[in-house]
Amino acid sequence: MPENVFIALQNTPEAQPIIEAIVADNDNAVVNESPGMVKIDCPKRLVLRRETVEEKLGQEFNLQDIHLTLISLSGNIDEDEDEFVLHWDF
Amino acid sequence: MAKNQRRLNLSQKYQLMTRGLDWETTYQPMDKVFPYDKYEGIKITDWDKWQDPFRLTMDAYWKYQAEKERKLYAILDSVVQNNSQQNISDARYLNAVKIWMQGVTPLEYAAFRGFNMLGRGFRGAGARVACQFQAIDEMRHYQTQVHAFAHYNKFFNGFNQHARIRDRAWYLSIPKSYFEDAMTAGPFEFITAISFSFEYVLTNLLFMPFVSGAAHNGDMATTTFGFSAQSDESRHMTLGLEIVKFMLEQHEDNVPIVQEWLDKWFWRGYRLLGLIGTMMDYMLPKKVMSWRQAWEIYWEENGVALFNDLARYGIRMPKHHETATREKYRITHEFWSTIYQFSHATALYTWLPDEEEMDWLCAEYGELFEKLYKPRYEYWRELDARGERFFQKRLPVVCNVCQIPIFHTYPDDPCKNICLVSEYKGTKHQMCSEGCKDIFDREPEKYCQAYIPPQQIYQGNCGGATLEDYRKWLHIRDEDAGEYYGSEDNQLWEKWQAEAARV
Repeated sequence: MPENVFIALQNTPEAQPIIEAIVADNDNAVVNESPGMVKIDCPKRLVLRRETVEEKLGQEFNLQDIHLTLISLSGNIDEDEDEFVLHWDF
Repeated sequence: MAKNQRRLNLSQKYQLMTRGLDWETTYQPMDKVFPYDKYEGIKITDWDKWQDPFRLTMDAYWKYQAEKERKLYAILDSVVQNNSQQNISDARYLNAVKIWMQGVTPLEYAAFRGFNMLGRGFRGAGARVACQFQAIDEMRHYQTQVHAFAHYNKFFNGFNQHARIRDRAWYLSIPKSYFEDAMTAGPFEFITAISFSFEYVLTNLLFMPFVSGAAHNGDMATTTFGFSAQSDESRHMTLGLEIVKFMLEQHEDNVPIVQEWLDKWFWRGYRLLGLIGTMMDYMLPKKVMSWRQAWEIYWEENGVALFNDLARYGIRMPKHHETATREKYRITHEFWSTIYQFSHATALYTWLPDEEEMDWLCAEYGELFEKLYKPRYEYWRELDARGERFFQKRLPVVCNVCQIPIFHTYPDDPCKNICLVSEYKGTKHQMCSEGCKDIFDREPEKYCQAYIPPQQIYQGNCGGATLEDYRKWLHIRDEDAGEYYGSEDNQLWEKWQAEAARV
């Protein structure tokens, strides 16, 4: 049964720490690269944590800044200051 | 790292900036102030339950949109200054961009109009705020696309007078009718049609593999506005999913209404996207992925996961999804064959796939392509070699619902043409599929009034009753249309290639 959520980001230097943070925090994340774009699939739940991005980036990061590199996503969203979560609930 | 505690958190800020913005009216009853949000039968008991999961507020919206615009226009300036039109893979590619400009860009404007209506029409302030953001986004998309295409218009045909051909070109009624159908429905159906079915379920197929294809083909302008627009799109998709879940959670009576809309708009969206699939399979000289593969990833995987999630509300998969999946091996070939035969009556060029492209199509589509479509292209190539490039002499019969020429075949027999007929008030109406016929039969009074361009043209209502008269009325020159090889675009491209080879 298909159960992946996904997030797609522009393949830019700005997106690199976000991609690295997602890979670090989601063991089952699969990164698919295509021209100009990175799509990350993950079964049922994917989390982006502010602290992990800040570690990779070496400075403060506002999670809402993903709007500048986000291309698309799939899944129900829960967002606060610390975490951005995509999930399916079935 | 320590956070600044004096700041409001996201959720507090969102509550403050999207709630308590309105009041119970007393001079006029609320039903007169919001006259359109009840007649569709959707029951809302508590608008405050509606939440934007991104919790975007006006201050953050302006900040991010300004940043996106600064980046985009810096790149568009660079495209112009650096003669980037010469860096694309091949000038054939630009015909996909022409379809975008002629067919998709006007939809952005239509969406702008639609979301302005919603930004006024919903009773809940939170939903109105989100729709107002989206209206501004859609205007931004329209403008940035026109700006990006303006550069190609300096060199290539088919990019001028987009507003006129949007109104007049017979084939552009395909995308136009989709939005006009949605805009002539109520606000809840409109948002289900556009934000959920079109944007959540289907536009990933347009903005992800196709725009990635633009990047692969060296089109910096389209890649940049495409991904910039899609970053807004993820907010729109989220609005679509939230509003659907909101309707389903508010009242059980809403479930069957929403299901009917999902059935209708899945099929309408799928039919429209056949055109995008054709752009991917035939108009990108350098391929990223085939329509078949994109359908498998974005519908069979991601779309189905979404419907699995909605099952807990009593929502099932949209009607005729099996047919859409079965058609993944044929729809783009049937579509390209049709455009190929009618491109003299469009502002586009078409061509036959070369040997290498034919091999790629065989690899992606297997036996069916090899058996049915390859021989057809080879036959046309022979005609072409004899100086008899094949064009249809008349305009096609189009489907009364999706307005696509009726070139489709039976789901279980790709050799047998399908044309289904419904009779309403003494008139026969033709449809391309069970999906479109269901839509017609559910609202015949609506669709019997559809403006069907080929019928209007042959009735003499579009500049005269012949194809020649019509082309003049459309302001299409011979040079703008027909076969790509030998066209002005082709000659210009060859000249640039020769210059590049010399240095």
